[in-house]
Parts: sequence; C-alpha cells; structure tokens
Amino acid sequence: MTLFPKDADFKMDVLREVGNIGAGNAATALSRLLNKPVDMAVPTVSLLPFEEIAERVGGSEAVVVAIFLRVDGDAPGNMFFIITQESARRLLQGLLTGGAAEDGAEYSEMELSTLCEIGNILAGSYLSSLGDLTGLYMSPSVPSIAVDMAGAILSYGLLQFGTMGDDALLIDTSFLEGREETHGHFFLIPDPESFDKLFRALGVPVE
Amino acid sequence: MMESILVKVGMADMNVASGGAVLKTTGLGSCVGVTLYDPVLKTAGMAHIMLPSSDIAREGQLNAAKYADTAIPELIRRLNEAGAMTGRLVAKMAGGAQMFAFAGGSDATRIGPRNVESAKLALQAAGIPLLAEDTGANYGRTVEFDSGTGIFVIRSVQFGVKEI
Repeated sequence: MTLFPKDADFKMDVLREVGNIGAGNAATALSRLLNKPVDMAVPTVSLLPFEEIAERVGGSEAVVVAIFLRVDGDAPGNMFFIITQESARRLLQGLLTGGAAEDGAEYSEMELSTLCEIGNILAGSYLSSLGDLTGLYMSPSVPSIAVDMAGAILSYGLLQFGTMGDDALLIDTSFLEGREETHGHFFLIPDPESFDKLFRALGVPVE
Repeated sequence: MMESILVKVGMADMNVASGGAVLKTTGLGSCVGVTLYDPVLKTAGMAHIMLPSSDIAREGQLNAAKYADTAIPELIRRLNEAGAMTGRLVAKMAGGAQMFAFAGGSDATRIGPRNVESAKLALQAAGIPLLAEDTGANYGRTVEFDSGTGIFVIRSVQFGVKEI
C-alpha cells in the first residue's frame, strides 16, 4: 500500500517530528509525575503489516498493560500507552503508598485506575502539544485499560486502516526511566483520513 | 511424543491443513477465528476475520480473509479444492471480544459482537452447523485447531486453557 504517493520521505519526517513533540511533552509529564528523569528515543514512523505491529512490544501473545484512548476532533486516530507488566508495577510502587501487588497477582481496582490515570495524563499532554503545534482540535476520549495479549489489544487500533489495506501507519516512541528501566511505548495511529489534515495544518503541500 | 506441524494463520489471513497438522492464530481480540472441519477427510480451515462486512472495503484488491461475509465462502472454496465436501463441514469459532469499554461507545467498540453475528450469518447462508463457540467477553484469545481430532483449544491470560 502506498499511503503517500508524493513526497513520501518528507511526509514521514514530518510525522516523526509530530511524534517527537507529542511524546516529548508526555515524557516531561511522566518525569514530573515520578519526580525522576525520563529518557525518550527518537520516534519511528513506519507503514507496517498488521502482523508486525505487535512485534514492537514483544509479539502478539506478550501480555502488556495498555491504556487506549480514541482521539476525536479534527484529526481523529487511536492512541495507546503500552508498558510491560514489570514496568506497570514499578510505576505503581513509585506512586501508591503501600506498594504494588506481587508478581502474578491481579491488579486491584485502585491500581488499574491509577495506571489509567497515568495514561490519561500522558496522552493528554501528547495531544495538547500536537494541538498547539497544528492548531487542530484534538480531544482524547475517556481512557480505557486492558491487561492482555498485545495482538488482541493492538488489533483494536487497526480497524480504521483495515478497510484500506493490510498495513497501518504507526508513530512509535519508546521511553525509559532511569536505570530501573521502566520501559514503555506511545503509539499514535492516525486514521487514514487524518494525514491530509495534519499535513495541511503544518504547511506541507497536499496533492 | 510427536510434535505436530503448526500452520500459522496471520491477522486477516486464512489457511487449510490436514493430516494432523494444527492451525494456529494468536492474539484474537475483537477479531474472530472461524474454523471449518471435514471430519471424514480430517481436513480443516481457519480464518482470522477482522471486520464484519466487505461493504465498507475501500482497498483496491479485496483481501477476502479480512471480512466475515467474504472469508467464509472463500474458506469453503479452498476446503473444496483440498477435497472436503461442503455438506460434511462443521464450524467452531472463538474471539469477538470487546477489549475496551467506553461510556460513550462508538461503532468500533461493538466490532467484536458484530464480527460474530456476521460470521454466524455467513455460516447459516452456507448451511454449515456451528458446533461450539467461545465468543464475546473482554479478553484476548489464542486458538489452535487440530485437524486430526477436530479439537479447538482456546487460551487466554485470565482463564488459561479451554477446549471446545
């Protein structure tokens, strides 16, 4: 599938910068929340076959903690904040008094809602910086959390691309917190119709 | 113990296997895994269906395996090619979960149940009985179908292993 018939490389660069600014702000928010430095990798932008998207977070059957938000507004899309189970427990230990549950134990309501709120804050800062950059209205839905197989979770964000072909464009930024290696990903999967709007708002010529 | 051959079925993909080979698809969320089986020939087919209806397709070359209404007729055709008789085919299916629940609720949140409904209609239209299903709820599933025994194994994070 060719998503951008013209200026493909340039457009991918623009989307990489979109990820850079959005995730950069989210990483700053996370760093404030934890009161610790958070490092961020350079975002990758790729058009990937559906099968390969879950490989980014350990494979289709890897159990991950994912907070999902639907982005509504001028440039709709799907956003995931995905962390490993160990990272989720570390985040909780840093934030909740009384510590987190043992490995393998189920998450309590309180823990799930704390994780959900972390996702909400981070996604909110990602989107508000994108909104400032583009002048587009982008509003996150109520966040929803799932602890399950990565493939089952991520396929949900691919439905909009599903009607177009068997690939989806993913803006992926991973981050790390200190030596304790809390490791996570921000995935932004704009709806296919949103790209022209994003490009127009950023002054990229659209055919 | 002899290791059986695994035949992978990707997302929006389908495959046919026989001779005791095992069809496997991983990470079914709102997607549905439908299996058709000819117990006499011991030949099975599996499709990993993503969307309910090809009416919404905007792709140039339609991927029949992706949509419930096109995947089931195509899977029957492939099984026929492999020698299976449509009249002997029986179906089992799993998946179609609602992974995320929203207070508002868009069309996409109901995609799992819609996939299941649409797959059932397509089976009905082809006159194939649905022997068993493990569908709905809010969790992911990985499934394996044994073409030698017709047993469908479903694995999930919360509930472990289940056979139908």
